[in-house]
Amino acid sequence: MSGKGVEYWRWSEYRLTVPNVKLEKAKVITAGIDVGSVSSKAVVMVNGEIYAVAVMRTGSSSPDSAKKVLDWALEGTGLKPSDINYIVGTGYGRVNVPMANSTLTEIACHARGANYIWGPTVRTILDVGGQDIKAIKCDEKGRVLSFLMNDKCAAGTGRGMEVLADLLKIPIEEMGAASLKVDEEPDPVSCTCVAFARTEAISLLRRGWSKEKVLASYMRAMAIRMCHLLERVGCEKDLVITGGQSKNIGIVSRVEEITGLKTLPPPNWRENGRDPMAAGAIGAALFAKALYEKNQNKA
Amino acid sequence: MIVYYGYADGSGEYYIVVDSEKCNGCGECIKNCPQNALEITIMMVDLEEQQVTSVKEEHRKKIKYTCAPCKPEQKTPPCVMSCKPKAITCIWKRV
Repeated sequence: MSGKGVEYWRWSEYRLTVPNVKLEKAKVITAGIDVGSVSSKAVVMVNGEIYAVAVMRTGSSSPDSAKKVLDWALEGTGLKPSDINYIVGTGYGRVNVPMANSTLTEIACHARGANYIWGPTVRTILDVGGQDIKAIKCDEKGRVLSFLMNDKCAAGTGRGMEVLADLLKIPIEEMGAASLKVDEEPDPVSCTCVAFARTEAISLLRRGWSKEKVLASYMRAMAIRMCHLLERVGCEKDLVITGGQSKNIGIVSRVEEITGLKTLPPPNWRENGRDPMAAGAIGAALFAKALYEKNQNKA
Repeated sequence: MIVYYGYADGSGEYYIVVDSEKCNGCGECIKNCPQNALEITIMMVDLEEQQVTSVKEEHRKKIKYTCAPCKPEQKTPPCVMSCKPKAITCIWKRV
């Protein structure tokens, strides 16, 4: 708890079941569990279609987070973890997903997931996670062609946003919109370091900058950093953004402006479960289906 | 699949780049790396496991320093030189 009991950094955890997916007709039930540095995602698929999704905060223990998020996804569906034919774990905490039949890197899963969410036209994926940024190029089948991950530095990541939300006392889900409420886009902050974010933001506020201007300046600097990574792998359309920051309009619009490319809009994920934040878990669940079928054919 | 190991920071860009489609897992680069920074890892490519070279986990976040003795900004480093299938490239740019 911070401040006077309001947790500005807290983003909404959720679970959903996709209507119209017939559990009775299930031939293969698979799950993907993506334990990230900040959030954990679980996706349950029936015959390769999203059935249930859960997104929650990662706790201090990866095995616990993996179990919790899967249990939450299954809540109310009548399914038990033992009903799932194959589970793939991914993300930072993937080595610690105890119930996983196999683990894959989040890079492969993100590309596969983005391909499922937006379709075969996706070529470049910018994944902005809790503590790292990844730039991924993929082909029409969602296979990774090249990738670059910057996990040395948390600048421009979701965690940085949480720190700022807390400092500026703006709820995290409103920060993107707030950052666009400036008459003129300020210069980017010189230092995007998360550890120094507070210090720099405080000094700007003291100079008389509005909260919105500070945010705009931050998000500009973060977007520039992200675009450097994109440039390195070669940014091609269609471009999509996955991870928690895909929901931050302040980042999305600035990345679009700098790259000159429109990102594909997120689909109606509250209904169909195709949440860009869960792209890694979606890809993992798809790989789980492929691996399960491969093993069946062998047997 | 082309994998970029390394990072960009305030001082420049530092990447060892491995093309897993060209890498045959022969291990010549590993033998020739004076810093012992490379290793063979197993990577999933199209649901098949493939042996490819990679930068060791512990060096990925300090590659600028790990690879500095080879002076990659001035000459072709031994890992790149020794790779017959030309799977390794090196991007070293100071700003």
